[in-house]
Amino acid sequence: MAENEKSSMNFSQAMRRGGPGNPGRIEKAKDVRSTAYRLGQYLWEYKFTLLIVFLLVVGYTLTGLASPYLLGRAIDGFIIKKDLQGLTQTAVLMILAYFSTNVLQVISNWVMATITQRALKKIRTDLFTQLQMLSLRFYDQNPSGDLMSRLTNDIDAINQAVSMNITSLMASVLTLAGILVAMFMLDFWLALASLLVVPFTIWFTTFIAKYSRRGFRSLQTKLGELNGNIEETISGQRVIKAFRRNESAYETFKNANEAVYEAGKYAHTYAFLLMPFTNQIGNLFVICLAGLGGWLAIKGLVTVGLLATFISYGRQFIQPVRQLSELYNSIQSALAGAERVFEIIDTEPELTDSPSALTLGKINGAVKFVDVHFGYRQDVPVIKQMSLEAKPGQTIALVGPTGAGKTTIINLLSRFYDIQSGSILIDGTDIRDLRKEDLRRSLGIVLQDTFLFSDSVMENIRYGRLEASDEECIQAARIAEADHFIRQLPMEYQTILSERGSNLSQGQRQLLAISRAVLANPAILILDEATSSVDTRTEARIQKALLKLMEGRTSFVIAHRLSTIRDADHVLVIHHGEIIEQGTHQQLLDQKGFFYNLYISQFKGQQI
Amino acid sequence: MKALIRISRFLKPYWLKSLFSTIFLLCVVFLDLAIPRLVQQIIDQGITPGNLTVVKQTTLIMLGVSFLNMLLAIIYNTLSVYVSEAFARDLREAVFQKIQDFSYKNLDSLRTGNLIVRLTSDVSVLQNTIRMSLRFGIRAPLIIIGSLALMFATDSALALKVFPLLLLTIVVVWFFISRLGPLFLRVQKRLDNLNMVLQENIAGVRVVKAFAQRRHEEERFETANEAFTEMHIRIMRFHSSFSPALTMLINLAIVLVVWMGGFQSIKGNLSLGAIVAFTDYLMTALAPLTLLVMLSNALAAGIASAERLSEVFDTKTAILDDPSAFPLPEEINGEVAFHHVSFYYDGADGENILDDIDFYVKPGQTVAILGATGSGKSTLVNLIPRFYEVTTGSITIDGCDIRQITQESLLSIISITPQDTVLFSGTVRENIAYGKPNADLDDVILAAKIAQAHNFIMELPDGYQTQVAQRGVNLSGGQKQRISIARAVLRRPKILILDDSTSAVDVETETKIQTALRDYIKGSTCFIVAQRISTVLSADKIIVLEKGKIAAQGTHAELIKNCAIYKEIYDSQLGDGNHLVYDLLKQKKFAGAEANG
Repeated sequence: MAENEKSSMNFSQAMRRGGPGNPGRIEKAKDVRSTAYRLGQYLWEYKFTLLIVFLLVVGYTLTGLASPYLLGRAIDGFIIKKDLQGLTQTAVLMILAYFSTNVLQVISNWVMATITQRALKKIRTDLFTQLQMLSLRFYDQNPSGDLMSRLTNDIDAINQAVSMNITSLMASVLTLAGILVAMFMLDFWLALASLLVVPFTIWFTTFIAKYSRRGFRSLQTKLGELNGNIEETISGQRVIKAFRRNESAYETFKNANEAVYEAGKYAHTYAFLLMPFTNQIGNLFVICLAGLGGWLAIKGLVTVGLLATFISYGRQFIQPVRQLSELYNSIQSALAGAERVFEIIDTEPELTDSPSALTLGKINGAVKFVDVHFGYRQDVPVIKQMSLEAKPGQTIALVGPTGAGKTTIINLLSRFYDIQSGSILIDGTDIRDLRKEDLRRSLGIVLQDTFLFSDSVMENIRYGRLEASDEECIQAARIAEADHFIRQLPMEYQTILSERGSNLSQGQRQLLAISRAVLANPAILILDEATSSVDTRTEARIQKALLKLMEGRTSFVIAHRLSTIRDADHVLVIHHGEIIEQGTHQQLLDQKGFFYNLYISQFKGQQI
Repeated sequence: MKALIRISRFLKPYWLKSLFSTIFLLCVVFLDLAIPRLVQQIIDQGITPGNLTVVKQTTLIMLGVSFLNMLLAIIYNTLSVYVSEAFARDLREAVFQKIQDFSYKNLDSLRTGNLIVRLTSDVSVLQNTIRMSLRFGIRAPLIIIGSLALMFATDSALALKVFPLLLLTIVVVWFFISRLGPLFLRVQKRLDNLNMVLQENIAGVRVVKAFAQRRHEEERFETANEAFTEMHIRIMRFHSSFSPALTMLINLAIVLVVWMGGFQSIKGNLSLGAIVAFTDYLMTALAPLTLLVMLSNALAAGIASAERLSEVFDTKTAILDDPSAFPLPEEINGEVAFHHVSFYYDGADGENILDDIDFYVKPGQTVAILGATGSGKSTLVNLIPRFYEVTTGSITIDGCDIRQITQESLLSIISITPQDTVLFSGTVRENIAYGKPNADLDDVILAAKIAQAHNFIMELPDGYQTQVAQRGVNLSGGQKQRISIARAVLRRPKILILDDSTSAVDVETETKIQTALRDYIKGSTCFIVAQRISTVLSADKIIVLEKGKIAAQGTHAELIKNCAIYKEIYDSQLGDGNHLVYDLLKQKKFAGAEANG
């Protein structure tokens, strides 16, 4: 009869309570119905299994309800009437009832765990696949930290509500209905008296929930402030120390800490009111039954066995009522989370391959920009009516002050963004008519800020071309002059890089990026030259590697080094999104124009 | 576990409240258990003999008991909330203060990211552990023991028969608890891994797209996703079986009571009320048992967190003031000398980062430090404010060993702009005035002008009152560096250290900064760490570092003649192949000179 006690505290909640989490963060979905429907579709795939689970739940609810009845019968029918054989029979029946209840429950829990986790996995996969489709514009608008915490928190919220609560929701509703029916069938007046407790429970639970929610919301804000303060203070610890500001940093922290303490006390005091209260509701129920029932029993209207049955039902009755009110909150935040997840899944990818997209064969590397116009925002043009041409094998240097639009040109050529008007052609084909994957495979991009994965050096190089063998990777590293330093790492090529390669220097990271590009063996090379954070000797090494890489390929280089500019076949000077000068290095110097001034001015005022 | 016990010393100031909370809890448990007994009384002494007054009286008593119980429970809860919140506050504060005392060496070894996690989530986890322990940890065993005791009091023969079943229940509980903790950690690990794949994918989106590796990423995610899902299903199955298993055992006990108790009752040895009370006791004991599983999860997480926090507490603060340390005199010249200084980091297999560094800087001189990445430039300048302690040798300022000077007074004459620029949330003005909070606006503007920051600051939406977002994300790298320089010069330090702090600033602006600095901090000794040769050309002394040793020192004119490394660096950046520009520069200079003359 003590069935399903506390099952509303499911595992996810328990797990969450083990972590920092954010209890009581309750948000509401804007469109509850369609979100619930979408969420339901993920489960609908398992509709037959779900039907089985439903039947199992009906089954164990019924057997669960039968047990208190049997208990009453044992007392009234057999103990009082002194029927030993009947008592034994009832005991056996009771064991059967309990056994089937629990076994059915375990089976349905197991099945449900599988279904819900599979469905959640599908949601995660859909989300991830969608993230791969979205353009850089989406990532520009959603800072990675925000995106990350949203994704993990939202999925977690869905997980919490869906994982165990579906069965417990079913069971709660069924149990409530079953108990009501059974009680009214057994004794109308006692049943009515028992029902008195229900509105009281609901009222008090919502009352408390209102306050504790308010408390948790304020706690959340205060905790956010404190954590922000902590993050800043610890990250800036060196500066705080250097400028002897420990005292004031401590003061700020202390105030934030105190605020969290106060808010935490308030929120938890209210939240904890609920538990003793529901315990007492349970007791109150028993007391009412014992008092009223006792009076009725003396009058001969009810039997002791019936009373025992009712007390037993009563204990079962309070549980689902409470569960339902608790479920409400977690379902609310799950729907809010799901809504945001679906929002991402529903985002129309900005750049899609046209259905008639061509596959790109072997290309020569002729690149042409015709009247290209582009702005990250519709109304702010970054590239204005730009035309340029690169013949196969040429090296084009892009030069200009910060913010002139050099990186944008590279972004457009890689089709990270779509141009607003004009066209970009590779070997005469508009890049919008090519499959994005093919296009990018034919381009080798070495970015200024090298991103490395927390994996081995070997795998990081192999990222350029997955099917490459170890030998090919090492060969690529040799060409890129990276082999030397890799050999000095503790595990050589098998060294695992820590988060984003933070155990390598900037220059080393760049050599790995170049190795990647070498391995990819692209027809067109795009380089964003690194500037100052690499020392000169490493720089010389990188430069040597780059020169090797550029041989025989059409190359676009955002150039910072004079040597690159000097060796380029063609130098484009970009200013405010336009090509204002172009020609060879020598021609540009002779012109004594913008380029001349740009490079000469850098050394003004220096002693020579 | 040891770590957890150690951390629990933070409960000590609240021992009285904890004690009272426990006493109230005892009362609550006692009263909770009184209800079934009173029900039994109604049945046996009220209903069975038909005594209505007993029924009435007992009902009233029960109501009173229930009310009192609620009251006590509320007091007990309030106390336990107070204790757990205060515990978290104190713990956080202690960790924070400990970190405040850390030297750079400590910060290096514990890492900023880790420290933040410890201060935020580890403290929360521990708070949760304490909260759960106070609420369930004490309550559960108390209720179980109480129920048992009352069962024995009601009818010891019957209780004895049920006892083996209850022992079995405890074994089952222990089984689940001991298995769940490790399983829980494994799920957590796989979840971390899943999140890492997601994190890297988002952070590295450009690389993923550039190499058209969508499929590969999807596979990577699928693997992590499947691994997590599979483990999560396992733990959920295991976890969700616990409650039914426990319920089954307790229900078995109830049937046993009804059946055997029924036999006794038929024989007239046991009252009906006793049977009902017995079943009630069994059910009362069940609820806290399920809670024990949650408690065990919290404990597993708490132990892990406590261990991480102990690591912080166990870290010895590397640099402390000497007991005989004295403050620097008011008037100092700013003469800095390194006497055969060597330095190595702990754990860097004993290899010296700096080896026998020996040089002397006259007051007011500008010293440039040049060298390859990893040659020890940054370390060298970080030794001057004593952020790190020299391993051998000594550093003197005006002839005083810096180890004899209080850190407070040493830092008051030195300003440093660190390699990684740090800005705080607050206004631009507050950030510049960070080292001198009472500086007036004119001083702040002057410092900003010297750092060539004034113009861009005026272009910001609210000028000097513009809020800097956390970690200065709304400013460019060059802008942040210039604010950082303004912050350093505002204090008019006797010794100024610029640790590669103009790397994101263009050469022209950098030159302007240097020219302005020369006038503003005349008389201050200045150390400049730089990559660009153009930055160091005009220094009074250039120190060229090579693998932690001084390869050469002197002025540009001396070094270009005598030092091969210096010449190599110089050629790669300005000279050699770039004769054309070099010539042009000369021409221009002469042209300028002619124009001026």
